[in-house]
Amino acid sequence: MSAHVTPPGSLRRIAALIRKETLQVARDRSSFVVVFVLPALLLLLFGFGISFDVSHLKIGLVIEEASPDASDFAAALTNSRYFDVERATDRRAFIDKLSAGQLNGIVVIAGDFAERLARGDTAGIQIITDGSDPNTAGLTTGYVNGAWQVWQQQRARGQTATMPGQITVESRFWFNPELESRRFLIPGSISLIMMMIGSLLTALVVSREWERGTMEALLATPVGIFEFIIGKLVPNFVLGLMAMGVCVAASLFVFDIPLRGSLVALIGFTAVFLTVALAIGLLISTVARTQFLASQLAMLVAFLPGVYLSGFLFEVASMPAVLRAVATIIPAGYYVRGLNTIFLAGDIASVLVPSAAVLALMSTLLFVLTALNTRQRLD
Amino acid sequence: MSAPLVEISGLQKRFDGGTEPAIARLSTVIQPGQVTGLVGPDGAGKTTLMRLIAGLLAPSEGSITVCGFDTLDNPAAVHDVIGYMPQRFGLYEDLTVLENLVLYADLKGVVGPARAPTFERLLAFTDLARFTDRLAGKLSGGMKQKLGLACAMLKSPRLLLLDEPSVGVDPISRRELWRMVYQLIGEGVGVVWSTAYLDEAENCADVIVLNEGKVLYSGDPHALTATMAGRVFHVRGAGPERRDLLARAIKRPEIVDGVMQGEAVRLVVAETASVPEAAELAPGRTVSVAPIPPRFEDAFVALLGGQSKRTLSLDGHVSDNHDGAPPVEAKALTRRFGDFTAADQISFEIRRGEIFGLLGPNGAGKSTTFKMMCGLLRPTSGAARVDGLDLYSAPAAARARLGYMAQKFSLYGDLSVRQNLEFFAGAYGLWGAKKRAAVERVIAAFDLDAHVNDNAGGLPLGFKQRLALAAAVMHEPPVLFLDEPTSGVDPLTRREFWSFINAMVGRGVTVMVTTHFMDEAEYCDRVALISRGKCIAIDAPEALQASIRTEALPNPTLEDAFVALIEAQDPETAKAAA
Repeated sequence: MSAHVTPPGSLRRIAALIRKETLQVARDRSSFVVVFVLPALLLLLFGFGISFDVSHLKIGLVIEEASPDASDFAAALTNSRYFDVERATDRRAFIDKLSAGQLNGIVVIAGDFAERLARGDTAGIQIITDGSDPNTAGLTTGYVNGAWQVWQQQRARGQTATMPGQITVESRFWFNPELESRRFLIPGSISLIMMMIGSLLTALVVSREWERGTMEALLATPVGIFEFIIGKLVPNFVLGLMAMGVCVAASLFVFDIPLRGSLVALIGFTAVFLTVALAIGLLISTVARTQFLASQLAMLVAFLPGVYLSGFLFEVASMPAVLRAVATIIPAGYYVRGLNTIFLAGDIASVLVPSAAVLALMSTLLFVLTALNTRQRLD
Repeated sequence: MSAPLVEISGLQKRFDGGTEPAIARLSTVIQPGQVTGLVGPDGAGKTTLMRLIAGLLAPSEGSITVCGFDTLDNPAAVHDVIGYMPQRFGLYEDLTVLENLVLYADLKGVVGPARAPTFERLLAFTDLARFTDRLAGKLSGGMKQKLGLACAMLKSPRLLLLDEPSVGVDPISRRELWRMVYQLIGEGVGVVWSTAYLDEAENCADVIVLNEGKVLYSGDPHALTATMAGRVFHVRGAGPERRDLLARAIKRPEIVDGVMQGEAVRLVVAETASVPEAAELAPGRTVSVAPIPPRFEDAFVALLGGQSKRTLSLDGHVSDNHDGAPPVEAKALTRRFGDFTAADQISFEIRRGEIFGLLGPNGAGKSTTFKMMCGLLRPTSGAARVDGLDLYSAPAAARARLGYMAQKFSLYGDLSVRQNLEFFAGAYGLWGAKKRAAVERVIAAFDLDAHVNDNAGGLPLGFKQRLALAAAVMHEPPVLFLDEPTSGVDPLTRREFWSFINAMVGRGVTVMVTTHFMDEAEYCDRVALISRGKCIAIDAPEALQASIRTEALPNPTLEDAFVALIEAQDPETAKAAA
């Protein structure tokens, strides 16, 4: 240290606290786990473990009477990557398998299938599904219906002469044309991971000072509460960004998520959100003086509302008004929206700027609350 | 005398939810250039008063000024002139010695050209210069204490507040700390030293004796000790019956205090009472009763109303094993951690009905040995046996023969006293009628009735300690292991605890105890002194004292013997540990 440029007391104390915190992090294996291993692990779990897409639905196909049309539709089902098809001529062969859960559904092509098709009548297919698992049942029905539509169109195209001018509705999904759930699950997971890591980091490091009795020694020095907060915030902010780096790298290179927006927008938006998460952790640390309580509170206050109310897994728009109101104060919700936009759509200012503004407002409010709640004394 | 450093007037401190004030109506002054001792039992308010003086707590009523600054209005100015060492020293264990110093120097504004000479002076003063790169968490208790002191001393404070600096620190380190503190007061620093160790009070120029937040005495400790002249005496010659003699003596109304001191029993009589006749104390035996000079502890216990007359009421004798094996035996016990030998060929045999102490400086291998004796740590070589049963080849049978009381009282704070006892009874394999009988027996024997349905966590320390001991002996073990049972416990609680232990020994229980505390070692029939992983002496306390008696030191204390023997074995360790 040079004798000529002694920084003013406050800056020097902040620098000393940041240096101390950095040394502690560098020596603490658990912070390595929190920053690198935890996000990677959670992202892999979310990315590979959760999926709303279905392929290889197990279908029992019953063809009651063979006809060229029936075998053509049967071939369409069999060749689809969505279905694994078993064939039989009698539905009774599949009933037991369906109840045992070995089949997701039974498709019956009725005996008069070809006749009714030729008449232009409603064709005789029956779909039987296991209603005790409504989600899969719905999906199975939907996918079989889809396959049926496609087959009909193709058949129509082959017979343009006889059926002219047929109108079809074609839906097109923007930003995620393949409707791959992973594309929105990954950005959503990242926001939950960042929420949890951000709040845990600060909540734990402050409660650790109480637990180890070092807080008492710090309070008896000229360190002010503002300096203390900055000293905790800066190193953990850097750690949080490193965790974000791990998440982004995994999304791009492991999960092939496109990044349609810019890296600058991603980092900037993340920085704003991270401040909120860290501030929540600091606020928790003003009431929790043990690491155990701090981590419990971080889960309860930061993580769980994020899971249910961020709109990442459960559609907020379809929730009751009370929950929708609560959801407007869930920071993870704004981050989910922003991340989805940056990853899948691009730098769309009309989405990002208002969200960032709300997040910035939240962090300001949280810091004020933290400052008001933090006591410079032990009582 | 110059102006006082600290002026306290009409101080009251109440905590939310507390019915009684933690500090009640306290007015006193603290002078510069001397050590002021803050003594009192646990929960007396010592730490609260320290924190109030340091400006870490706000007074509910009254005021405190430090060097003229009010702690409430101007805490920053107060922090600037004080050095404060909290319990556990306030160190970052994952930072090195030097990093801790640098951090606190930055925070306290010891920067620029002043820093290098300050570090140099403090490192030399604390003899830590060789360890600057070592993590604080890897230092021995004594070295941590010195680093804590160095951090508190960085800005040459005018007032140094040390909150129980000697808890968990061995006698050698304790002496070293006192030497350093004396050097500081020579430079005009005022020191406040809080302690539950009463021999330390005698080193202070002034003491404030606190009990339940009230000041019982404030002034020269020697003046208080002097009031006890003629009331203290030694009873010698009772031999193996001295424990009974002590137990009977304590019950006499005119005796306010009684402790064991090696072969002798030290008794203190009430103010107006006369010394009882030898024949009354030990009927049928010729014992000698001789007055001895009083010490501060005698006055302290008398001031607090004397020790409790509560004794253990358990009848009958514990069952012996019959094959004549010694109740506890260590045979060439060795434990290595990597290339470090924590315990090296430690052997001893404890006789039935004996109290055996394991003594040694911090990090000497005492705890390692103790853990191997309990079957909590596997020896690298050698054997540990209880009643002839090896703790490794027959762990369940061996453990059923021993009761174990851990340093931190392994109780469940949110279970009631009765639920704790029922749990431990179950853990020892008692059930049904046997379990109920065992629980009722210890509730009666240890006088636990008053709080039987209260949660253990909120009980007073003395009661907790009694409960922990009761839980450890539910299954009537013939052998009892105690790990620093009275560390940080006040003298009254300690006396009561030992009266229980003495009563158990009277029933044939064999006791092994680890301790830092020389008073506790005085209760032992024999002690083993462990240093640097080796057992360097096994003998009766008085024999150890006699072994170092010289013309210069005609009446060595057990602590003198402890320090001398360790220094003789290894002068280098003694210096490094100091």
